[in-house]
Amino acid sequence: MRVIGLIGVWYMLHTFSLAVLLSGVWWLLSGYTLVLIIGLGIGSVILVLYICHRMDAIDHETHPVHLAAGCITYYPWLLWEIVLANWDVAKAILKNDDTVRPRLMHVKASQVSEVGRVTYANSITLTPGTVTLDIEGADLLIHSLTQGSKEGLETGEMDRRVTALELGKGGPSAFSQPALHDHPEDTSVKRDSET
Amino acid sequence: MELVLDVVSWGFILAGSGFCLIGGLGLIRLRDMYARKHGASLIDTLGIGLILTGLMVQAGFTLVTAKLFLILVFVFFTSPTTTHALARAALNSGLVPDVDKDSPIKQGAVPSKK
Repeated sequence: MRVIGLIGVWYMLHTFSLAVLLSGVWWLLSGYTLVLIIGLGIGSVILVLYICHRMDAIDHETHPVHLAAGCITYYPWLLWEIVLANWDVAKAILKNDDTVRPRLMHVKASQVSEVGRVTYANSITLTPGTVTLDIEGADLLIHSLTQGSKEGLETGEMDRRVTALELGKGGPSAFSQPALHDHPEDTSVKRDSET
Repeated sequence: MELVLDVVSWGFILAGSGFCLIGGLGLIRLRDMYARKHGASLIDTLGIGLILTGLMVQAGFTLVTAKLFLILVFVFFTSPTTTHALARAALNSGLVPDVDKDSPIKQGAVPSKK
């Protein structure tokens, strides 16, 4: 019974934060202060919440608020990495000589949840010079363009930072959830046999 | 003040256009589809990022800036998803990446999904 209570509280917190987020986005995109229009806005937020509830789409995966606190330090770092990678790839394209060395390689993801791995794979793809071609369990298949982009990935700095982000270092504890899968390799096998 | 803001925003917009141009050049110049994707990602990171930042400087502290920022956020979340979907579709349909000799995974040893 206590477990159900905890899950209920957890669900309510997600619903509430989704409501705040939707209202914020609605107001930013409309900018109206008329009472009638704001009433319609509140109505549409409630409708969207109801639809999300019916679709069973309010959970840590579709609405990862537990990552929000970590994002404050992670995204500025990622942005700077993107700027450096842009410079590297732009130079390689302009020179168009030996610096363009496409390579394929495997990279291990140390994250335990699927949201964490998707964040890592997305960050790799977002950084110019590296693209995630495939994810198999904790194994990412990477296509890299230059020596610099390959070495940048091999330092594992991004992997560490995404794992720290996933563990919610400094985040509000009410939203942080225990890892779903303790053994990433096992779940990948299970998932393959399920599909 | 007006002049400073104009100069700053035009600086951002021109730099962003430069990255878009280089990205476009990469789309033509690089050797195969997988390598060309890296040229495209130049456009949808710093290319669009700098242009939108320049427009935000033009708009000042208004709702327009908030909307431009939201566009930036959505682009940063959707563009890697589409890039990955396209690259994975190419891999699964049997397009072999043209890779360098010292690649950790050799040419032709690409794990196939079939």
